[in-house]
Amino acid sequence: MNASAAPLVRWFEHLALGDRPSVGGKGASLGELTQAGIPTPRGFVVTTAAFLTMLDEVDATGALRATVAQQHPDDLEELASASAALRTRIEAATLPAALAAQIAAAYTELSGGDTTLPVAVRSSATSEDSAEASFAGLQDTHLWVRGGDAIDAALRACWGSLYSVESVSYRRRLGLAEDNVAMAVVIQKMVRSRASGVMFTRSPTTGDRSVIAIEGSWGLGSCIVSGEVTPDRFTVNKVTGEIRERTLSEKLLRHVPEESGGIRSEAVPADQQKVACISDVELRTLVDVARNIERHYGSPQDIEWAIADEEGSGARVYLLQSRPETVWAQRAQTPVATPRASAFDHVLAVLGGRKAGP
Amino acid sequence: MSSSSSKAAFPLPSQVESAPGADGWQDMYPFFTRFRPEDDQRFWFYNSMHFPEPMPAFDVITAEVPYQAMGAFTTRVFALPTALGVDHRIINGRVYITANAVTDPKQIEKRLAIFQKRAGHYFANWNALYAQWEKRILALIAEVDAIQVPTLGEFEDAATVEQARGIAANHYVREAYHRTIESYSKMWQHHFEFLMLGYGAYLVFFQFCKKAFPEISDQTVARMVAGIEVLMFRPDDELRALARLAVELKVDDAFAGSGSPQSMLDAVAKKGEPGKRWLAALDKARDPWFNTCTGDGFYHHHRSWNDDLSVPFAALPRYITLLKQGQKLERPTEQLRIERARIIAEYRALLSADEERAAFDQMLGLCHLVFPYVENHKFYCEHWFTMRFYRKLREFGALLVEKGVLADVEDMFHLHHTEVDQALIEVMLSWAAGSPSVGADHWRPLIEKRKKILEQLKDWSAPPALGPMPETIEDPAVQMLWGITADTLKAWSKPPTPEDARVLRGFAASSGVVEGVARVLKTVNEIGQIREGEILVCPVTAPSWAPVFNKIKAAVSDIGGTMSHAAIVAREYGMPAVVGTGQATKRIRTGQRLRVDGDRGIVTILD
Repeated sequence: MNASAAPLVRWFEHLALGDRPSVGGKGASLGELTQAGIPTPRGFVVTTAAFLTMLDEVDATGALRATVAQQHPDDLEELASASAALRTRIEAATLPAALAAQIAAAYTELSGGDTTLPVAVRSSATSEDSAEASFAGLQDTHLWVRGGDAIDAALRACWGSLYSVESVSYRRRLGLAEDNVAMAVVIQKMVRSRASGVMFTRSPTTGDRSVIAIEGSWGLGSCIVSGEVTPDRFTVNKVTGEIRERTLSEKLLRHVPEESGGIRSEAVPADQQKVACISDVELRTLVDVARNIERHYGSPQDIEWAIADEEGSGARVYLLQSRPETVWAQRAQTPVATPRASAFDHVLAVLGGRKAGP
Repeated sequence: MSSSSSKAAFPLPSQVESAPGADGWQDMYPFFTRFRPEDDQRFWFYNSMHFPEPMPAFDVITAEVPYQAMGAFTTRVFALPTALGVDHRIINGRVYITANAVTDPKQIEKRLAIFQKRAGHYFANWNALYAQWEKRILALIAEVDAIQVPTLGEFEDAATVEQARGIAANHYVREAYHRTIESYSKMWQHHFEFLMLGYGAYLVFFQFCKKAFPEISDQTVARMVAGIEVLMFRPDDELRALARLAVELKVDDAFAGSGSPQSMLDAVAKKGEPGKRWLAALDKARDPWFNTCTGDGFYHHHRSWNDDLSVPFAALPRYITLLKQGQKLERPTEQLRIERARIIAEYRALLSADEERAAFDQMLGLCHLVFPYVENHKFYCEHWFTMRFYRKLREFGALLVEKGVLADVEDMFHLHHTEVDQALIEVMLSWAAGSPSVGADHWRPLIEKRKKILEQLKDWSAPPALGPMPETIEDPAVQMLWGITADTLKAWSKPPTPEDARVLRGFAASSGVVEGVARVLKTVNEIGQIREGEILVCPVTAPSWAPVFNKIKAAVSDIGGTMSHAAIVAREYGMPAVVGTGQATKRIRTGQRLRVDGDRGIVTILD
């Protein structure tokens, strides 16, 4: 395989959804959001071409990959050893020099020369995040990674995660072809979130497409994803802007960045525990952004957001990720009503007695 | 409404005792309004939307006649497949009603065939029939105006002899009175001619929206349905135009200060030609637009702006001040139109399939077809006609005063309309006999007794419902008109828990959240008490209080449905409103601080 002609590193602002094969679902989505003018922290993607360059070095003959491809999903012991052989090689590999140089240059550009600028390093598999098969959670995310060496390590860990037992057995179960599998990795500026959360551009409980459900908590979003706090919950009508629900919960914990890299959990100060983590103005900004994203993609979205207080510019809303909503999208839709010969027939159907109901 | 039940969450009619000090209240009302033993088997709810106060004897005509008309059209004319008419009963002066359901499948089928043909005819020819309707109701208004109440002088008018009429004036007392009552009955028949069909169209669209968008609020659906140009906004629009004219003609200083309407009129009259022009404009606006009622026409003391200029004249100085501050007073109709179109387009786009959109278009189209009638009939019927009706009645009251039967015109409303008939007969007789009237001896003590009873009944706390809890509420009229659903019943039947004590829940009628001081008004006559920036708490918000809406911060009511035009007016004024709380006027006191959350339908007592 010779992928040297394809770029190894690509900036979000040059990407769109069509780039999914080379930058993965997450990378393509972040590129699409950036190009659509949605406020997204800046970043770049280490492409699948880079992954394949690396893979060709650690598995020059392709023998290790062939072994993985032959595994039976139920034979976990055999599958684990075949995956581990490849994964260990990936995690111990030295990056090809050309690739290492390009990543270093991109990091310098991103950080403006700050050699410890914290970034998020996330896997962006080519088949991940699709509406059809959600791989969410099967791949790796490394937050608050600081400096070139730490980024290298996180990058290799992401690549290696493609050959975790869970990932391989998942692919084997679905019968996905191994030679189509590739991993891009997103490297993105961290947001020092005062509050963060998720939002769905339809109701997660009823599927109602006219509402946006927003959940948020103090600090980084990871504590909501991990279920360590019960977030504040807001439901907003996306057409009229009315706030339909505002449930404030007691938010005891928050995740904050560790100065040495990574994150830690700490207690929320007592006077903030029961206070809404976002203001009404911020809520409306989130709704606007969510509507823009939904409009851009033309389908309901599942969005991760953060709000950071930045020197000079005040509070800023950032979108970290957006993917198509999958739960309600997969349900069979029967029309609530279909047209009748005359409009009056609808009234007849409702007032005409129980058996004639629609 | 089905009467089968699981548990009695409300008192049975037979368990309700007479209010203290109000013994004999039964004699104020006709026999057919009394609860009977078998009525304990049926579910009744207090129609506090239309009848928030104890009923004076005459005013029960506003239950008796409308329920005759409504029932005729649902039961006999259109044959609604599952719903017949409404039975009403009075206890301690309060009107309780129950809707009769059709449950026999054979009957439903039979009625369905008739309903399909008859309602289909109305829907298919709606606009043409509505145009005819408008002509008919205007003719009826002219007819009641034209009724002559005879004067009974010492001698009959010479014309009776010269034209050999052969009928003396006393005959016409009864004839005119009967024609007045009959015209009221005709008005209500017209009123219900289209109404149930209109509500049916609304109900269908509401149900569709609730299924397609399970979390949509009633007020959002209502915003898609509501029309922009409806007659109910006209009186207030006219008032604003008069304010502008006063500024243009430079007669506005006549309205400075807080004088009576008469003193303001006198001040304008002194302004020479411009003053004359303004007064001419006022006269033009008064007919018909000041035939707007400060209530909803269901009580004789719901007077019109024409009867009592203090309501519109309280608003005039304020409108003038706003104009001089450079504010625009016109309703932003174009903006409202654009906003409505946007909401409709966005919801339509959110539907999942083209066939759903086609059904949505049909249902909403039908709502827009029926909307002008559903909204405008209220001005023609409950306001314009009804205000003329009461004015005519007072002419008979004046006759009774002239003949010494009554001490005051208003006293006639403490007699049932059949008793007024009797009182008039006695006047006709004594005039003819040349004897003094003996009516005073009979009627005056009765009236005094009834006034005292009514005072006692005012303090009686009426249960929201009586009898066994129904399993379902299916009648579209009950759901749409009274805003009573299965959830409402549940909320009513639950006694408040300690944490509920400060919270009232109702329909989110108009969005926004504000805090302010409560002003509790139990009757519309107290309207003058409202101060700038207060939160109005009342049994039912009437749209003709529009000038007051300009003063208040938010509105809260005991009763009210989604399409009650109180909700529509509040939305247009961009003011938070929570309606249908069930007990706001009981639990909130004037002066308490409230938070009104019109997004969620929650009122919190902050003190």
